[in-house]
Amino acid sequence: MDMQGSRTLAITQQQAWQALNDPEVLKACIPGCESIEATQEGSYALVNAIKVGPVAARFKGSIVLADIQAPESYTLNFEGNGGAAGFGRGTARVALAPLEAGGCELNYIVNATVGGKIAQVGQRLIDGVAKSMAESFFKRFEEEMQRRHAPPEEVAADAQEASEPGALKKMWSRLKGGAGEAAAPTPEG
Amino acid sequence: MGANDFAKLPHIGVSLKRKEDARFLTGAGNYTDDIQQANQKYAAFVRSPHAHARICAVDTAAASAMPGVLRVFTGADIEGKMGGLPCGWLISNPDGSPMKEPMHPILAIGKVRYVGDHVALVVADTLEQAKNAAEAVVVDYEELAPVIDMKKAKDGPALHDEAPDNHCYKWTLGDKAAVDAAFAGAAHVSRIDLVNNRLIPNAIEPRAVNASYNRASDEYTLYVANQNPHVERLLMTAFVLGLPEHKVRVIAPDVGGGFGSKIFLYAEDVALTWAAKELNCAIKWTAERSESFLSDCHGRDHITHAEMAMDQEGRFLAMRVHTDANLGAYLSTFASAVPTILYGTLLAGQYTTPQIYVEVDGWFTSTAPVDAYRGAGRPEATYVVERLVTRCAWDLGLSQDEIRRRNFITQFPYQTPVALQYDIGDYHACMDKAQQLADVAGFEARRKESEARGLKRGIGYSSYIEACGLAPSNIAGALGARAGLFEAGEVRVHPTGSVTVFTGSHSHGQGHETTFAQLVAARLGLDPSQVDIVHGDTGRVPFGMGTYGSRSLSVGGTAIMKALDKIEAKAKKIAAHLMEASDADIEFANGEFTVKGTDKKIPFAQVALTAYVPHNYPLDKLEPGLNETAFYDPTNFTYPAGTYICEVEVDPATGVVRVDRFTAVDDFGVIVNPMIVEGQVHGGLVQGIGQALLEHGVYDPDSGQLLTGSYMDYTMPRAADFPQFTLGHVCTPCTHNPIGAKGCGEAGAIGSPPAVMNAVLDALKDLGVKDLDMPATPHRVWQAIRQAAQPAAA
Repeated sequence: MDMQGSRTLAITQQQAWQALNDPEVLKACIPGCESIEATQEGSYALVNAIKVGPVAARFKGSIVLADIQAPESYTLNFEGNGGAAGFGRGTARVALAPLEAGGCELNYIVNATVGGKIAQVGQRLIDGVAKSMAESFFKRFEEEMQRRHAPPEEVAADAQEASEPGALKKMWSRLKGGAGEAAAPTPEG
Repeated sequence: MGANDFAKLPHIGVSLKRKEDARFLTGAGNYTDDIQQANQKYAAFVRSPHAHARICAVDTAAASAMPGVLRVFTGADIEGKMGGLPCGWLISNPDGSPMKEPMHPILAIGKVRYVGDHVALVVADTLEQAKNAAEAVVVDYEELAPVIDMKKAKDGPALHDEAPDNHCYKWTLGDKAAVDAAFAGAAHVSRIDLVNNRLIPNAIEPRAVNASYNRASDEYTLYVANQNPHVERLLMTAFVLGLPEHKVRVIAPDVGGGFGSKIFLYAEDVALTWAAKELNCAIKWTAERSESFLSDCHGRDHITHAEMAMDQEGRFLAMRVHTDANLGAYLSTFASAVPTILYGTLLAGQYTTPQIYVEVDGWFTSTAPVDAYRGAGRPEATYVVERLVTRCAWDLGLSQDEIRRRNFITQFPYQTPVALQYDIGDYHACMDKAQQLADVAGFEARRKESEARGLKRGIGYSSYIEACGLAPSNIAGALGARAGLFEAGEVRVHPTGSVTVFTGSHSHGQGHETTFAQLVAARLGLDPSQVDIVHGDTGRVPFGMGTYGSRSLSVGGTAIMKALDKIEAKAKKIAAHLMEASDADIEFANGEFTVKGTDKKIPFAQVALTAYVPHNYPLDKLEPGLNETAFYDPTNFTYPAGTYICEVEVDPATGVVRVDRFTAVDDFGVIVNPMIVEGQVHGGLVQGIGQALLEHGVYDPDSGQLLTGSYMDYTMPRAADFPQFTLGHVCTPCTHNPIGAKGCGEAGAIGSPPAVMNAVLDALKDLGVKDLDMPATPHRVWQAIRQAAQPAAA
């Protein structure tokens, strides 16, 4: 499974970097994350509940950070074992770049493989589950950052304009009247 | 009695409703999972989640301590105590060296080699306890790179130390020099590259085992969903467990479909039988559908390049074929024979091609073992021949039927250049009838009508031949077979004249209880209701090689016929005594014994009674009783053949293929029950068309995970995918069995895939599409159309 994406964040590169290295933030934002603990510098143990189609299991695993170029990028190597449900592992390359108008841009490339039952019965669902988990992660991440850093209005507005998918998402969430609306001001707002 | 006389008997050629359906349709079938034994425990298997890995450690402590768990067995428990699963056919390389036969352990020892490989066996009081404990077994794996693509297998990491390049064997057949010479002087050469897609069998009943051990008698009883219980017993006792054969009873009760996948001796069968003694209990295991996908032997999976040399008129001069065959991670029971003996020998098809050379490379890969699946080698051969022949027609500007007619064999017996001798057939008659039933004359009008609706209509031909009733034993033995190929039948006439037949053929959906009853009733002048058929039990049936290769009627039925010959001969002597006549003057017909030239007669039942109440009986010359057994080893294969014509409509905008018409004309020789034959053909066609359009077993090329491990991703055909089939028959009775039967169980699956693909390619011809591999899914068809259009657009 391969996935890549880009998000514009209404916080500084340094703030984003700190957040992405903070187990508390990660725990709050990773969907299904039950615990995450630093085991040593750049290594974490986590327990995560994941459901792919008919297979639901608690995955116990680890995250090890590598190629750390603070505050710009790291590679996140993860693996998890869900017992009879199978296993998953992969890498996520995460890069942060400051934006001229303020805020920063986060780019990610994820390569993951799954094995065992989860691969056998959920193949068709895995991409969808992964995308929805990523969506959910960033939605929570944005909310968490909003809560922590409450950026200046105009920075967030510019950032939204710079990112077409983000703008569309805001329009969509406004149409739905969703919670995303409150998290950041709209370009017009 | 010859085939022509046999065919005229009452009950022959009659669509008698199936006797067994009364119990199947009322839920009274008795399948392995229905069997309950005393002191019965349950098994669960721990299976590898990796395609290739070293087993560093297996920690069973936590699992063993869980409630209800009797024992957790691993490879360490069986190592040195039993052999591995045997392969039933030795294939030799051109230099005479034997194929590589790595150990196939009952529980993985040291390494796992495919996702689903059996690592540990957990036995517990309940199924839930067994499954929970299986989840608690901790296996420490060191992952190794898998070998998935057989084209790269020789450079991949070695799965087995015995086969460093993952090459199991090279096998060749035919005169290479003569073929090369013919190609050098040919006016035309057509070439084709084909993939025969991997299939995953899906019988309604999954594999199931219920094994028990009796300490008092030191006897084992194994209930198993299996197609050939005597072979299962022989392989397990002689090759794996080293047990005396008479101490093991194997019973294959009602079995819900096999399609080949239940021929083989599987590790689960052996593991439970062995563990039953270790734990002094009965143990049951029924595969879940997911386990079936992972661990049942898969089918097909060939990559082939084929070429045909022709003269100016399109007459075939020589054929040259190279095939890579995927054997999976281990050699299953008949894995080695399927892409060789059962494949290369069929490459003549229905044609007079004078020279054929075939070369096959068999490869180990980190995938489930591949073995016989409905047709076993003959569908693969037919697909190569019939796709190539249609390609030849298009290359030469001939029609699909014309090129076939120009090359049909018309003189019989016919010796092919690839070892077989066809005894009889009438290929032009099959083609004539198929064209008439398919209304080929109206095709052009239908094509225009489709065109008007924006759809592409195509017609595809396939003139298949296959070989049934693998035979004879002495020749097969010389070719590497490690089993005999005869069949056994016992006819037990009871004192009141009713009959029980014990047959080595096994029925798992084929309707033997009806067909064989018709055969016996016809011979003895009884009603079929007076004849019961017993099969699938080594404790009751004298011996048997089981059911595969469409052999039941031609081989199993003939064994019964031979036993009936003995019954008739003895009964005539009893009748002669009763009517005070000479043996030579007794005639038997319509259930009555008569004395030639007189009006004296006595019924069969009276002779039967006399045999068991021998008050007036020639005891000085004849034993009492009327019970005879016969073994029949055929002198040749039988050769069912036919022509199939398929018409499809393809939507060029979406790539969706719809089978609009399908006509199948088969020559199965003499038919005993037309309704059962029709059912067999329907089932075969559905499986074959399913292969052509829908089914595909896919492993992830990097990780070796089975991507099509459930019905989410593996598309089984459904009724709505098919039109009503049009069936027809031609009958040239088989010349070397007394029934004249040839076999009908696999023909549909053998003949249909190339008919469908030729039709799809015919529909796409004027869009420039020349090549397409099965399954022709909408995505693939759409892509092929787009790719063909690209050069023009650029």
